[in-house]
Formats: sequence, C-alpha cells, structure tokens
Amino acid sequence: MQHTISILVVNQFGVLSRISGLFSGRGFNIESLNVAETSEPGISRMTIVTRGDDKKVEQITKQLNKLVDIIKVTDLTEEHFVDRELILVKMNAEPRVREEILRIVDIFRAKVVDVSSDNYTVEITGDEGKIKGFLELLKPLGIKEVVRSGRIAISRGIKSIS
Amino acid sequence: MTIKKAKSKRKNLVALKNEKTPSGRPMKGRDIIVKALENEGVRVIFGYPGGTSMEIHQGLTLSKQIRMVLPRHEQGGAFAAGGYARSTGEVGVCMATSGPGATNLLTGIMDAKMDSIPLVAITGQVPSTMLGSDAFQETDIIGATFPMVKHSYLVQNIADIPQIIHEAFEIAKSGRPGPVIVDIPKNIQQQEAVPDFKVKFDCPGYKPNLQPSMMQIKKAVHAIKEAKNPVIYAGGGVVAAHASAELRTFVKKTGIPITTTVTGLGTYPSDDKLSLRMLGMHGAIYANIAMNHADLIIALGVRFDDRVTGKLSEFCKEAKFIQVDIDASEINKNIAIDIPIQGDVKQALKMMNDRVEPKKDTGPWIKKVNKWKKDFPLRYDLHKNDIVPQHLISEMRKLADKDAIVSVGVGQHQMWTAQFWDFNEPLRWLCSSGLGAMGFGLPAAMGAQVAHPKKQVINIEGDGSFLMNIQELQTLNIEKIPVKNVVLNNAHLGMVAQWEDRFYKSLRGHTYLGDANFAEIAHAFGVKSECIRKPGEIMPALKRMLKHKGPYVLDVKYPYNDKSHGHVMPMIPSNHTYLDTFIDEEHTLREYWKKKGIIKE
Repeated sequence: MQHTISILVVNQFGVLSRISGLFSGRGFNIESLNVAETSEPGISRMTIVTRGDDKKVEQITKQLNKLVDIIKVTDLTEEHFVDRELILVKMNAEPRVREEILRIVDIFRAKVVDVSSDNYTVEITGDEGKIKGFLELLKPLGIKEVVRSGRIAISRGIKSIS
Repeated sequence: MTIKKAKSKRKNLVALKNEKTPSGRPMKGRDIIVKALENEGVRVIFGYPGGTSMEIHQGLTLSKQIRMVLPRHEQGGAFAAGGYARSTGEVGVCMATSGPGATNLLTGIMDAKMDSIPLVAITGQVPSTMLGSDAFQETDIIGATFPMVKHSYLVQNIADIPQIIHEAFEIAKSGRPGPVIVDIPKNIQQQEAVPDFKVKFDCPGYKPNLQPSMMQIKKAVHAIKEAKNPVIYAGGGVVAAHASAELRTFVKKTGIPITTTVTGLGTYPSDDKLSLRMLGMHGAIYANIAMNHADLIIALGVRFDDRVTGKLSEFCKEAKFIQVDIDASEINKNIAIDIPIQGDVKQALKMMNDRVEPKKDTGPWIKKVNKWKKDFPLRYDLHKNDIVPQHLISEMRKLADKDAIVSVGVGQHQMWTAQFWDFNEPLRWLCSSGLGAMGFGLPAAMGAQVAHPKKQVINIEGDGSFLMNIQELQTLNIEKIPVKNVVLNNAHLGMVAQWEDRFYKSLRGHTYLGDANFAEIAHAFGVKSECIRKPGEIMPALKRMLKHKGPYVLDVKYPYNDKSHGHVMPMIPSNHTYLDTFIDEEHTLREYWKKKGIIKE
C-alpha cells in the first residue's frame, strides 16, 4: 500500500543524505520526495511517498524517528489528509491540437504559463487521480516534457504537525 | 630553543587551558577541542596522527587529563576505543587523520554500531576552503559513514566546537548507545576564537524515551503470572542499561530460567542453576530447546538476530512475546511482539520487580529444563597428543582471576570462549558480536587494559584474527599494556573451514593460512612469549603467562582436524530450526529425538 509520510527536519548539513540513505540502505522505496523550508527558519518539511506493507512502513517510520535531525514523523495515510502535486507539461502545440489542449486545460482548471510558436507549457495542481487523468488526455496530443514537484500533503481539520 | 625555554612555554599553555572560564582570551580551535573533550571527562584517546589531525595532537600532548595511546593502525585504535567502552560502559574515543586515517576507522565504527557501543570518533579533515577539491588525503568521511553512525558532525565554525563535542558525547551514550563521528577541518583547528564552554544539550529531534508505560508493565506482569513455561532471553541492552543487578533480582523473584545472547553474557552468572547459558547457532542445545518449548519469552534488550532465531517462521511457535527495548524500531522488527515495552530495560525491570510474585507453578517446567540440561551438556573430547582448544579455555577460566576481562577475535575460538568461559559480571566480555570483525581481540583487550590497568585482561584469538591487528603488539610493549594473548593457532580459518566441511564437501577455498610462529613475532616486538603443542604443557604455560607482569603471547598450536575436535558444536545451520541442531558431528536433534520416540514426523 502507498503511504504518504510527512517529516519535519532540522535543516542541517547532510540531512537529505541521511534520509535517502536510510531508505536505500534498508531496501525501502521512495516514490516521490519533496522538501522545502517551513514557516520556521531552519526547519524543513519533507513529504515522502513510499510503498510497503504495514510491517515495512512501521519500520520506515521507526527508523526515521531515530535520526537525530528528524523532529517529527507522521504517516498521514493513517488519517484524513489533503495532498497535491504541481506539474509542468511542455506540449507540442501545432495548430491542429491547440484547441484541444486549451479545452482540456480549461476542463481541468489548469493554466498555460508559457507560449511560443509551437509550444505550450501548462501548469496544473491536483491530487494523484486528477494529474493522472490530465496526463492521459494530453498524451496523444504530444507531450514533450513533464516536470513534477512530487507530492505535498497536509492533514485535514484542526490538527497540525509542527 | 633551550629546554628551559620550551618548558616554560609549555607551562604557560597549560595555565591557559586550566583557567576555569577562559573568557575574553582567544584559544586555538585545537585547544578548544581538547578542553571540550576534557569537559566531557575523557581520560584516554586512541589516536594516530597525520597531516590534518596533528594540530589536535599538539594540543593533546599538553593535556594533563587525557592519556593519548598511539595504536599502530587506526583500525586498532577504533577497536581499542570499543574495548575501552565495552569494559567501562563509558564513551570510548578514537582519533585519526583525514582520508586513509579516517577510512581505517570504519570497521571499528561499524562494530560499535552493530553492538550499540558508545564511541566518539574524531577525524581531521582538509581545510574547509579545500573541501570538495579532491585535495590530498581528502575523503568525504561524513558521507561514507552515514549508514554506520548514530549521528555525525562536520564542524563548519570554530564557535560550534564546544556544543558539537558535548552533543556527540550525549548522543553516543544516551538512549541506545552508538558511534558518533566528528569531522574537523584543519583550518578550524588552527583558527582562534574566544570559546564559550557553557553548553546545553539541545537537539529537538533527539529525546529518547526511557520511561516504560505502566499499562504495558502491568500486562507483562500478568502474562508472567499466567505463564507455565516462561524463559528470559536477555542481551546487550541489559549491559548498556547497567541493569544486571535488576535482572538478577527479577530471576530470583520469579524463578524463571534465563538464556543470554552473545552480547548478554555476564549479565547473569553462567554457572547459576537457572542459567541456560548462551542460545543461538552455537548456543547450548538446552537453551534453544527451552526457548522453543516456552509459552512466554521475556525478551530484554535483544534484537532477535538471525544467529539467534534461525528460521523466523519456526522460531518459538508456541510462545507469547514480551519485549523490552529502548529502541522502538527493534520491536516488531523480526518477530511480532504481543506485549511491547518501549523504554529503559533497567526501569522496566525495576517496575516489574515491584510487582511480580514468585512463580509457584513452574516446577514441572524447571524439571523439564533440567532434564535437557542433563541430556545435552556443552562438551568436548580430550585428545591424547593434541591440545583441544575448548579444554584450554576451560582450564584457563579456572586459573584466571574471577574478575578477569576476556577479549576474543572472530571465529571458532570466539564461540568456544562464549561456550566454555564462565561469565559472572557484565563489562568483562569483549566480543565483536553483530559485525563479527576479525582482528578485534588484541586491540579491544588493549583498550580494556588501559581502562583497567590493575585487572587481568586476556585476549583469546585465532591465528587468522590475531594476524589482522598484530601490529598492536608494539603498542602493548611501548605503552606497557600487559594484555595476555592466547593464540589458538590451527593454521586455518577454522570457522569457514568448518562450513566447508559441512556444506562444501571439505573443498578448501582459501581457508588454509599456513603456520606462523607467533611467539617469535612477539619476541621481535619485545613481548614475552612461548609456544606450546602438547596437552601436558597447557597448565604450566598458562601459569607462567598469568604470572608474568607485562604483555605476553602464548602461541598454542593444534591441528585443524575435521573428524574429531575441529568443529564448533553444537551448531544450527543458518535459517534452520533448533530441531536441525547438530548435536555432534553426525546427528541432529531431530534424528536423536525420533529414535528416542520423543517426536514423530
């Protein structure tokens, strides 16, 4: 099963290597990883999407908790959460497909952020399902490049991880 | 410069360092390091100097508190620090220069990681201005050690030194102990700053919980009350938590038989009537039988290592498990635990001791256990012409001081010592257990002897293992460290040869080392020595060795002989069950019990 793990880390030298090394060294998979500073300087948040049975994910979270630079580990999958990913898609925008691209962009509430004579670059945010659907529709029209931010996630309701 | 001048200069430097609050006065980075180490109570460092660490050595050579021991190889230094830590329970400290010096520490660092030994390794690094330029003797040692350490620091600012050194020691010794490496660029050692030694431990991500949950303790106490066939399975965590006394009270109060892992040896007296000695691959047959007939396993500071469990799906199928461990990740790692107790095993035992009652219904169980003990004692056969190593170990235990510290390398001799040495107290057994690093015995014994100059420290090593750090004989001689070395020399890599005999039709795949005269080698290093071959020589030679004041090497030559006494027995082949134990060279427990009608299929 897929798990979305949210981690608060002290933004120290080598912290990303410690975490990625822990995953590779113990045979855990990283499906996506996103890292950026939080509102508090010196503290960063990582969102890691991984896959494994309960036993494996229990080990992952326990091993992560042991790292000195990690302040908090939360497996969001155990609760309700909102997740989003931002992607940028560079499309081959020949005249015959332009209309179709714009129609799909409109339906998905995406945005064209760069235009040139034969290119559209489209931005979209959404959860996994929306992004998958969007890319499937665009695929036959000629995708040149996809850049994804990796998933970010936050728990629903009043509870916060800080 | 005249000698007089040099002396007075030296005096000034000492005076500077001994000031209680050197506020306002700038100090060199290297002296800040030394002072910070002194503030942590460091008394001994095993360090080998080089280009990027000599600056710190210049500071250390003036320290009145810290004794520097120069190993003859950085790996020896790391193992010596491990031996120091294993025999004291305090943090061991080793030091090396950048590049090859630092990489030579790695095996010792990993050894400390695997056995949860508190260790601080300090490495010099190329100047921070040159980092990443592939400078001479530059190695990214922080990167290289990520999977081997509990934590690590690259010092980037001279002002951080006191705080980092303090954190390194706190992290190394608290919670589940382990190694911490501190990498210090040379230019920072040479800079000057006014240090602030007012340090406070403040790592928001590191707060090991020591306090066990009362609810879980109550559940455990209830399960203990209900159990008919309980066994205690204790390990290195009990040593690390200094909980041997509490463990003994627990056994005494409950009357439950106890077996220990190889790292747990000494937490409970091996020769006590409730002791089942060591369990696992080469453990006592009765310990493994008892574990697999138990209805309750009380696991204390252990990690269900594969050398203990064998085939996981068959391990202790009848039992419920209580597990106490400071490290939550050890709970449910290999075995699903019924009553997990995260916390300090010392506190957990105290809490249980306040609540458990003597078990009155274990009579039939103890009777069974005693029958197994009688049926399957640890044993060996004597030989008319050749020395039998197990016999020598048993004889030496009788001659050695009760509180002697014993160190081993890795291989057959290690398991024979674990089997036939009687252990009474913790912190007297130096054994690279998890990592199984050959070459460990001599330097580890050296580290323990430095910590305990008055105690008898005996290193029992195989010839292969002894050869891997034999250079430390020079350290023993020059530093006057009176370790007694017994080399069980069969000219083979015995443990691998044993596996070849058992699983590869005795085809020798580079397991023959050949003969070497270790007594002569020792002599060349200025260490007193002797060589023996005949059973009759054992006692007098051991007596001469133990009587000798200085270091000693006793080279014990015996043949590797796969047909009689060459193998470590009993043995459970890896990933098998206790029923697959070879109880002697030919028979398994399964066959033996079938013949006796004890089991059917």
